[in-house]
Amino acid sequence: MKKYSVFAIAREAMRGHKGWEEQWSSPEPKKEYDVIIVGAGGHGLATAYYLATVHGITNVAVLEKGWLGGGNTGRNTTIIRSNYLYDESAGIYDHALKLWDGLSQELNYNVMYSARGVMMLAHNVHDIQVLKRHVHANRLNGIDNEWLSPEQAKEFCPPLNISRDARYPVVGAALQRRGGTARHDAVAWGYARGASARGVHIIQNCEVTGVKRAPNGAVLGVDTTRGFIGAKKVGVVAAGHSSVIMNMAGVRMPLESYPLQALVSEPIKPVVPCVVMSNTVHAYISQSDKGELVIGAGTDQYVSYSQTGGLHILQHTLDAICEMFPIFTRMKMLRSWGGIVDVTPDRSPILAKTPVPGLYVNCGWGTGGFKATPGSGHVFAHTIAKDDPHPINAPFTIERFRTGRLIDEAAAAAVAH
Amino acid sequence: MLLIRCPYCEEERPELEFRNAGEAHIARSANIAGESDDDFEKFFFIRSNPKGIIYERWRHMHGCARFFNAVRDTVTDKFVMTYKAGEPKPAKLPGVAK
Repeated sequence: MKKYSVFAIAREAMRGHKGWEEQWSSPEPKKEYDVIIVGAGGHGLATAYYLATVHGITNVAVLEKGWLGGGNTGRNTTIIRSNYLYDESAGIYDHALKLWDGLSQELNYNVMYSARGVMMLAHNVHDIQVLKRHVHANRLNGIDNEWLSPEQAKEFCPPLNISRDARYPVVGAALQRRGGTARHDAVAWGYARGASARGVHIIQNCEVTGVKRAPNGAVLGVDTTRGFIGAKKVGVVAAGHSSVIMNMAGVRMPLESYPLQALVSEPIKPVVPCVVMSNTVHAYISQSDKGELVIGAGTDQYVSYSQTGGLHILQHTLDAICEMFPIFTRMKMLRSWGGIVDVTPDRSPILAKTPVPGLYVNCGWGTGGFKATPGSGHVFAHTIAKDDPHPINAPFTIERFRTGRLIDEAAAAAVAH
Repeated sequence: MLLIRCPYCEEERPELEFRNAGEAHIARSANIAGESDDDFEKFFFIRSNPKGIIYERWRHMHGCARFFNAVRDTVTDKFVMTYKAGEPKPAKLPGVAK
């Protein structure tokens, strides 16, 4: 892997940019690997990267039915924050946030992590109580979060409407300054490049069609559209399709998959300096470095794998955006899209061993997995390498739905579900 | 937006009038307190989440307000049929090969 640097740019400028190499190779699949990761999204590629760098396991294949980073990694609204209520969630999301800081240097790839601040608006007494509870809980866990008056909120984000005449006036806000955004594609590409350089095989257009198990139940490998590939350890990181893959291994999951939509506007000059979220009117917005407003909507109400969704969901979100930012009422929206998110009953992810020996699963990130990408890959690689969870992901078992030890962010995740 | 046929109103109405109520044909135990942890987990948390034909409940919230069942393809979001609550799971589906 040739290092990217200002000198590399200068050198290539001198010779007509003919020396750039492919960022990752596309090898033919081998007959057998030590570890197979199903799904080349951010979480899967990060898992492969940390398997190689932290645990020295490089005989790894990442199988992807489509193209690398083409699922939810390329479809989310790129928001990063760690202001979750419960200790377990705070642990894993803040682990990720600490890795975001310095990720570009670690990967030698600019993931454009920008700690521009995530501000969550309160519109009523209940919001104030909930958000202040989050501020205090976060601070006890060493996570920055502070309470702002409406005037301070407007100072932090000037286009925000804090008029008392608004239908849902802003009565306060919680601000996590370390929160922000990153370039989602670059995260997948950066991890892919780093993993590939260490010998990991990234195999695109290779759909897993079955999971093969030995008579004693242990995993033997996976059937794919490019033939059988053997492995003693298989990690399923397939987002909305996780339950489909797990079913192939005979494991029924506490998951349901829903469409989640987002949209972007035409590009404009910098006007939104941070991320603004509101659960009560349900909208979140930030501005990309290209100038587009990036707007996240809610999920549709029914199970679907269609990667699309109802127009009324987008309308509802744009109503809320216009309420919060009246200056955007005449903006044109450029495009919208959907992704399929796998949601657990308690809205917390599952990163765990499964009842099948050698089969591991990292799923259930629901509507907010992007922010956790580095942390999720880091602890999931540990889980696979050691056949034992890292202390950070130890609570995120499948068994919690039998024992009742839920991590019930459903009511506390600081986003509406 | 989906167009959904309410089997009670016998009319196709826009999705906005309806609330999805999750997977259908999951029977609640008559003795729920006596359920084992395993059985309770299956009843309460485990879902089939199929890529393909799903049997699901809907409620005509802003119409007759009644619950009914529907068969839908989760890949195309097209409804195969709807039927009244309490009716058995249809053995044969119109227009579906498998």
